[in-house]
Amino acid sequence: MGSSLRELRERRRSVSTTKKITRAMELIAASRIIKAQNAARAALPYTRELVRAVSALASVHDIEHPLLVDVEQPKRSAILLVTSDRGLAGAYSANVIKAAEQLHAKLTAEGQEVVMYITGQKGVAYYDFRRRPVQQSWTGFSDRPTYDNAREISKVLLDQFLRPTEDGGVDQLHVVYTRFVSMLTQTAAAVRLLPLVVEDAPAGPDRGSEELNPFYDFEPDAETVLDALLPLFVANRIHSALLQSAASELASRQRAMKSATDNAQSLIEQLTREANQARQAEITQEITEIVGGASALSE
Amino acid sequence: MSRPPLQVEVVAADRLVWSGESVNIIARTVEGDIGILPGHEPLLAVLVPCVVEIVTADGRSESLAVDEGFISVAHNRVSVLAQVATLGHEVGLEEARREASTLEARAMQGDADDDELHHLRILQAQIRAGERATT
Repeated sequence: MGSSLRELRERRRSVSTTKKITRAMELIAASRIIKAQNAARAALPYTRELVRAVSALASVHDIEHPLLVDVEQPKRSAILLVTSDRGLAGAYSANVIKAAEQLHAKLTAEGQEVVMYITGQKGVAYYDFRRRPVQQSWTGFSDRPTYDNAREISKVLLDQFLRPTEDGGVDQLHVVYTRFVSMLTQTAAAVRLLPLVVEDAPAGPDRGSEELNPFYDFEPDAETVLDALLPLFVANRIHSALLQSAASELASRQRAMKSATDNAQSLIEQLTREANQARQAEITQEITEIVGGASALSE
Repeated sequence: MSRPPLQVEVVAADRLVWSGESVNIIARTVEGDIGILPGHEPLLAVLVPCVVEIVTADGRSESLAVDEGFISVAHNRVSVLAQVATLGHEVGLEEARREASTLEARAMQGDADDDELHHLRILQAQIRAGERATT
């Protein structure tokens, strides 16, 4: 009896230590998520201006550029998979890896060879464990990506895309990341990044006639501007995918840690109740023994 | 001047660096230096790493170092887009000078690759912008 009481108390103590840890992780994730959201918001003006510049070009010229050419029979595709470096974020990495696997299967079924690029330790571990080849991976920045990270990645991917298919280049580039819809909803999404699809100016009633595309002067000329602009556009898309994934990762982690904390709390309550019962039982037994002993003596 | 001042935004990839009104902007495109006054015709130009100087509506001058990017002008709105943009007073002069001198030494010996040369040009622009901000 005495030993079971001690065991219960020990378990309770260990659960409450765990609870402290998960609670701390929850709070950390909650404070970082605000930073991540701010970072995502701070990148918006750049995206807006970039889109405006690209659509200005698109509306003036019939543009032709290697980054825009759609290959009819793509032979090889690259997938950039954005995962987290650390676990304890619920199904975050599992979901995005699953989405990548679906895309992988789809592309393979179309007869394409698939080349994997991965960011985040979790994705790397998944592929390593299954001994599947990964062309290149980047780790160490999943919860606070900087633009430099995105730039480095886009440089490698653009090189790969612009290389002829015979030399190991790819015809398409897909990005699989987690879209941050809200604090409660994050969905894994697969988008085709290259070849780029340039939409004509988001012309429309909502922007007013004053915003109609003017006749731009291009310096030095439209082709050069386009040449310089499109790589930036790609880097920007990757940057935004990384930022969204970071926010999603933190949101998932916060949620996972919150439910872990809640579970620990209910476990603690249950263990406390059991420990109290055991203690009460012990006391009752002692009293019974004393009373029994005393009455045996008096007889 | 009768024309209304330019509405300027300088945006880097990860933040809005500067915004405000300006009466004159000087930047360096691949073709050479360019000055933009209010009422400039619509323009989209490629920038090289350089110092962008913005003369504000109240006559002050603001210097920024930018990495390669763009300047676009339309409807009296100017936006300077750069992957990296640094305000003059944000530049760590000491550190930039130190880094620049090591890179310069390498460049003189012909050891520097394109990336390093590019980085050197950015550093030089940052140093210029930083010096202007402190004087």
